[in-house]
Amino acid sequence: MSYTIKINGTPRTVDVDGDTPLLWVLRDVLDMKGPKFGCGLGLCGCCTVHIDGNPTRACITPVKAVGERPVLTIEGVGDTETGKKVQEAWLALDVMQCGYCQAGQIMSATALLNEKPHPTDADIDAAMSGNICRCATYTRIRAAIKQAAGLDTKDSRDI
Amino acid sequence: MTPNNAVTANSGVSRRNFLVGSATAGGGLLLDLSFVPAVKAAPGHEATATSTLNAYVQINPDDSVTIFSKNPEIGQGIKTAFAQIIAEELDVDWKQVHAEQAPTDAKLYGAQFAGGSLSVPMNYDTLRRAGAAGRAMLVTAAAQTWKVPASQCTTEAGVVYHKASNRSLKYGQLAAKAAKVPAPDLKTVSLKDPKDFKIIGQAIGGVDSPKIVRGQPIFGIDVQVPGMRYAVFERCPVHGGKFGSANLDDIKKLPGVRNVFVVSAPDDPPPPFDGMMGPITDGVAIVADTWYQANKAAESLEVQWQQTPFGNLNSADYPAQARKLAQNKPTKDVITKGDPKGTLASAAKVIEAEYHYPFLAHVPLEPMNSTSAYKDGKVEIWAPTQFPGNNVKLVAKTLGIPEDHVTIHVTRSGGGFGRRLSSEFVAQSAIISKMHGEPVKLLWTRLQDIQHDSYRPGGFHFFKAGLDNSGKLVAFDDHMITFGVGDKFTNSGTISPTEFPAQFMEHVSIGMSALPSSLPTGPMRAPGSNALAFAFQSFLDEVAHASGKDLLTLQLELLGEPRQMPSPKGGFGPPSPGFHTGRMAGVLKKVAEVSGYGKKQLPKGTGMGIACYYSHLGYFAEVCQATVDSYGGVKVNKMWVAVDVGNQIVNPSGGLNQVQGGIIDGIGQALHAGVKIVGGRVVQTNFHDYPLIRMNEAPPVEVVWVKTEFPATGLGEPALPPALPALTNAIFAATGKRIRTLPINPQELKSA
Repeated sequence: MSYTIKINGTPRTVDVDGDTPLLWVLRDVLDMKGPKFGCGLGLCGCCTVHIDGNPTRACITPVKAVGERPVLTIEGVGDTETGKKVQEAWLALDVMQCGYCQAGQIMSATALLNEKPHPTDADIDAAMSGNICRCATYTRIRAAIKQAAGLDTKDSRDI
Repeated sequence: MTPNNAVTANSGVSRRNFLVGSATAGGGLLLDLSFVPAVKAAPGHEATATSTLNAYVQINPDDSVTIFSKNPEIGQGIKTAFAQIIAEELDVDWKQVHAEQAPTDAKLYGAQFAGGSLSVPMNYDTLRRAGAAGRAMLVTAAAQTWKVPASQCTTEAGVVYHKASNRSLKYGQLAAKAAKVPAPDLKTVSLKDPKDFKIIGQAIGGVDSPKIVRGQPIFGIDVQVPGMRYAVFERCPVHGGKFGSANLDDIKKLPGVRNVFVVSAPDDPPPPFDGMMGPITDGVAIVADTWYQANKAAESLEVQWQQTPFGNLNSADYPAQARKLAQNKPTKDVITKGDPKGTLASAAKVIEAEYHYPFLAHVPLEPMNSTSAYKDGKVEIWAPTQFPGNNVKLVAKTLGIPEDHVTIHVTRSGGGFGRRLSSEFVAQSAIISKMHGEPVKLLWTRLQDIQHDSYRPGGFHFFKAGLDNSGKLVAFDDHMITFGVGDKFTNSGTISPTEFPAQFMEHVSIGMSALPSSLPTGPMRAPGSNALAFAFQSFLDEVAHASGKDLLTLQLELLGEPRQMPSPKGGFGPPSPGFHTGRMAGVLKKVAEVSGYGKKQLPKGTGMGIACYYSHLGYFAEVCQATVDSYGGVKVNKMWVAVDVGNQIVNPSGGLNQVQGGIIDGIGQALHAGVKIVGGRVVQTNFHDYPLIRMNEAPPVEVVWVKTEFPATGLGEPALPPALPALTNAIFAATGKRIRTLPINPQELKSA
């Protein structure tokens, strides 16, 4: 069946089964490889995109459920003011190890800062605990979110 | 055939343009390589061509420099670190540097793998010399141009100067000429004084990071090859189970499905199964137009697998079986020194304890995948792999083709942790492409990843320690129950005679016996050490308490005067210089000092634990402060670590990330990780029942570098092992309850 979805501001039409998860439409039909496959059950956050501004797991979102709502992916997030700041902070603090989860981390972090421009450490825990980093770069993800927010990067939990 | 969009090896550099090297017994390149003078030039356009100075260095016409990193990048930062080492001695500005993955070619690069934290110790010197040789060739070219002695020329930031005549030439201008200059002897090429380093030792961001933050396709899973189909591969849930029958004809009719067929294992591997070196096993391949269709079809696949001899194994039975086995004499005597039995019998006090750790899955976030294009007896492969050299061997064997008909392009890996040292996923994609007749991308599901891993083996330790009247540790005995058959022990499930404190005891015995296992095993980040550190450092904490001192004091007493212990024989990688007591004492004292270990007043329910461990040539001591609530919930408040990896951290930013990540990884293992085996198979399926540590549980980690005058060693692994016993020892300090089984069970820590 044919579906037209608005991705990073551009309408894209795809001919797929309506149950096909948005992740596989992005990756294998539209050749947008930024969102990653990690679990297929919405448990790791590698595939996070924004749908209507909300961080959403593309691996468990059927394409037919997207409708008119705009989709923003890692390929387009740098064109937003917050997304650009988050990407810059990620590079400035050299957050990455393997980097596989980081597209999802950046999308979740951008959604957090759009909602709470000055997050506390507790806010960061709440917003980011759906995104696994197997390399455990959590220390730098936390600091980079604060840097993007213009906050002191110190960990308030430190003793 | 080249991928449409994936960043892969080669980039137009042909193999013949590289120097011809040869591998040493230890796997490194010989130093007296002869450089092949070669210029990659389009006829008549020499000035605009790139110039290859050696296998690692190519100077481009725009004055940029391409540096080839020989080992796979799995998140340990080696692509950046190797480029830094070469760029330093080549004497270019970091802004000129473009790092690329080198081709897989043992003749050019020797051993190419990411494992054992060996990339830096095995290559640091060679890569410096390769960079310095490139610089020397450029200097010679300039000297010839100006007709001045090379000794009068200097270099800085990619420019050769002849200051006396106020002349200069950029590397890009000299490259074509330099590529024709005879290569200098690597043994005698002059190296910089480390105090003049401008790039080595700098915190430089990862070379691929700008691509990662923009979501560009650089991982194995992102590879796209023209005409490619997608494959899934279903195997027996019990390792090695043979195919019986299946509803293959029904599956062939499903949407998008192109092909369904059985792949038969060429031979049956004998147990204990080696997950690192093991062959492929039977399975059903489904090839479809999209991966989603292939995977959806697999959900309808019904396979009857033949019975395997392992269908009766359950991990819940292992503790009782291990206890029974531990009463016998060990199958293998690892070390017996002095009179451990007699000394234990006459000891004033004997401490006995049983420790247990489970099998673990690696679960890198990028599931196993590999893309293969087989045609006319040759196969080209793109894979996120840690060991391309081994992959070539298994692919050739599986397909029945010569090894030089197998080309492997190493992509960036979404995590490794040892999982990608094995080759079966690469060989699966190759045989599926061959049998199907088109290029295929094979991608595993997370369920397959957890249920078909090359696991970290579980194990048991039955310890006895004897104290004399003064509380001194005088005898030590460990019967390790591992897995295997007879005295053939499973990969990564063994112990060395130098395990601390064996070298420091007059009376000591360590032995091993094996229980049968159905699981293939292999190296996982800090193999061996990741399990042994927990058992030994926790038990030594028990010994310390029994003798009325803390573990810091006990270990400093055992270590004694600063000295180099005899080097263990054998093992993998370069010869070890042997354990240095002074280096371990140094990090122990340092971490105690910065954390306030033993000196802080802590509230009820909060405690501090210390632990140290020597692995992969690195000396690590760690302190954990943790709080246990009345429900048994454990919160790690902070970790401190003192690190001695010698005289040079190539990249302090990447290095710090490895240490912090390794420690948090270790905390996560202690809190959550363990596979359950029922009926010979692993029962967990995804991250809800095989949880990993997340943001809300990751503690602050304070790292202190202790610099010593020893050669630089690796950082990918050795931070992890002591994190687990530092935590379990902190839990004891907080609650008086000893964690002897992993993962930590909050039920055992409830105070209500």
